[in-house]
Amino acid sequence: MKTNNRRRRLADRHYLVYYLMLLPTIVFFVVFNYIPMTGIYYAFTKFSFTGGLFGSQFVGLDNFKYLFKSGILFRITRNTILYNIAFILIGNFAQIVLAVLISRVMGKLFKRITQSMLLLPYFVSFVILRVLVYNLFNYEIGLVNSTFASMGIAPYDFYNKTALWPFIIIFFYLWKSVGYGSVIYLASITGIDPELYESASIDGAGVFKQILYITLPLLKATFITLFLFSLGSILKGQFELFYQLVGSNGNLFTVTDIIDTFVFRSLTTDFDIGRSSAAGVYQSVFGFILIMTVNTIIKRKNPEYALF
Amino acid sequence: MKIKRGRETVVFQIIAMVVLAVCALISVLPFLIIISGSLSNNELISREGYSILPKQLTPQAYTTILRIPESLLTAYRVTIVNTLVGSLTGLICMSMAGYVLSRKNFRHRNIISFLIYFTTIFGGGLVPWYIMISNTLHLKDSLLAICLPLIMSPFMIILMRTFISNNVPDSLVESCRIDGAGEFSIYLHIVLPLIPSGLATIGLFLGLMYWNDWYMSSMFISTPAKFELQFYLYNMLSGFEAFKQMNTASVTESVSIPSETVKLAMAVFVTGPIILLYPFVQRFFISGITIGAVKG
Repeated sequence: MKTNNRRRRLADRHYLVYYLMLLPTIVFFVVFNYIPMTGIYYAFTKFSFTGGLFGSQFVGLDNFKYLFKSGILFRITRNTILYNIAFILIGNFAQIVLAVLISRVMGKLFKRITQSMLLLPYFVSFVILRVLVYNLFNYEIGLVNSTFASMGIAPYDFYNKTALWPFIIIFFYLWKSVGYGSVIYLASITGIDPELYESASIDGAGVFKQILYITLPLLKATFITLFLFSLGSILKGQFELFYQLVGSNGNLFTVTDIIDTFVFRSLTTDFDIGRSSAAGVYQSVFGFILIMTVNTIIKRKNPEYALF
Repeated sequence: MKIKRGRETVVFQIIAMVVLAVCALISVLPFLIIISGSLSNNELISREGYSILPKQLTPQAYTTILRIPESLLTAYRVTIVNTLVGSLTGLICMSMAGYVLSRKNFRHRNIISFLIYFTTIFGGGLVPWYIMISNTLHLKDSLLAICLPLIMSPFMIILMRTFISNNVPDSLVESCRIDGAGEFSIYLHIVLPLIPSGLATIGLFLGLMYWNDWYMSSMFISTPAKFELQFYLYNMLSGFEAFKQMNTASVTESVSIPSETVKLAMAVFVTGPIILLYPFVQRFFISGITIGAVKG
């Protein structure tokens, strides 16, 4: 009894220290994440800065109605989802191919150098993309048009034509992220038991067959994990990528505006707090429902892949 | 049979080398294009446009920037201070959190871990977050606004917890506790020295994020002297305003600005430090990405 009490008092003291050590983290998430959740209310108001949270006029679902009727909601949802599907599918494909090639290519130095070069774009800021796009696609002096001119081809007005932008955006997404993803796949490939390859080789399987029947099947688990993870966040757009590539160029919005760029623009240039919040709340709530659905289905079918 | 397999290997190696070499070149080509453009003659560029190889190799863009370096140095200082202060604070806070959340005798660890993770799947969106920082905390145009909101992330806390679980045996912590060591001193004297690579990895993730940040400046900062380096470059591309301003500030010598090439030279100044550090820090990022992907 006595030792029990002492142990409990000791445990209480531990908990006090534990909570003191957690204090900055708790304050951080309460201030920057949990309190702002109450701001969902802004989406139902005609917000005024002087009125603040409760002084603004309550307008019910008006903001959502506007977004829906104007077709904006459909456009930004469609763009966000379609781009994310392209990013997930093409991205994972490219990452798997590169990881397999890196793992099998001969020459240690070649392997190391190519891997370093592939990962380099991950390290630079998205502002560099803006520099690059300017350098390449500027109408008067861009590299592409000046090359066209020297070949006698008429200049192409990138910033007024939407047709090529989906490809440009997907290309630069791949440029920035393929190295990162292939590191993940490469780690799973390194974890494969080399004896599997040895016995396959004795049985007469060449490189292609070994990759097809050993490496790729064993990467399935990694792929499914990454796939489900990105499926859950399919409504979250690559804000920095889109914003730095396209900026606030209204001519291209039909094919380049995603939820995140719309929210940002409504807040910072149109100062339409209500509509901006409404789009943000839509993204957050819809995304949350999506994640919960995906997770519940996986849990029922194959619990080891569950996100949480 | 054997010959056929030998040939297959050769074919595969050739394909692999070609594909990898092409992809690796595409990865670095943009950097080369920017550097080449920055070394070109501005008048030729304005007349004929950029090309892959520099037109009339000249350092004029760099000398122009270095002749009036004040605003660039200010932006550098903001970014460097922000990076150091933010990364260090974040590292201290998140390593403490990671230690506590990895302790099995702490019964609330699962619920707290979940509450941290929950913020990644649900949130109030951009607007309430913005209003919290600018109106509630009154951090508009303060350097704290570009530093504080980035010091922690759920991903990095989970990564830290994983590093500690993997590298600090429970039995060691237990035996220190029996010897009468307090939890904080166990953290400080036993745990931290055991996870140098974890600290380096997460510190570098933080540092990279701060160095590459332009978003916080664009959201909260209105005084050009408080712009982060990336946002300084961003502004220069958009309107060239900052550079014009800094030029009128030193009107004593009338210089004609090579307005096109100077943008690219500025990009080189902004990215240079990262490219120079890259070979030395790359392995930490690779280990961080790997562990984060498996456990995160």
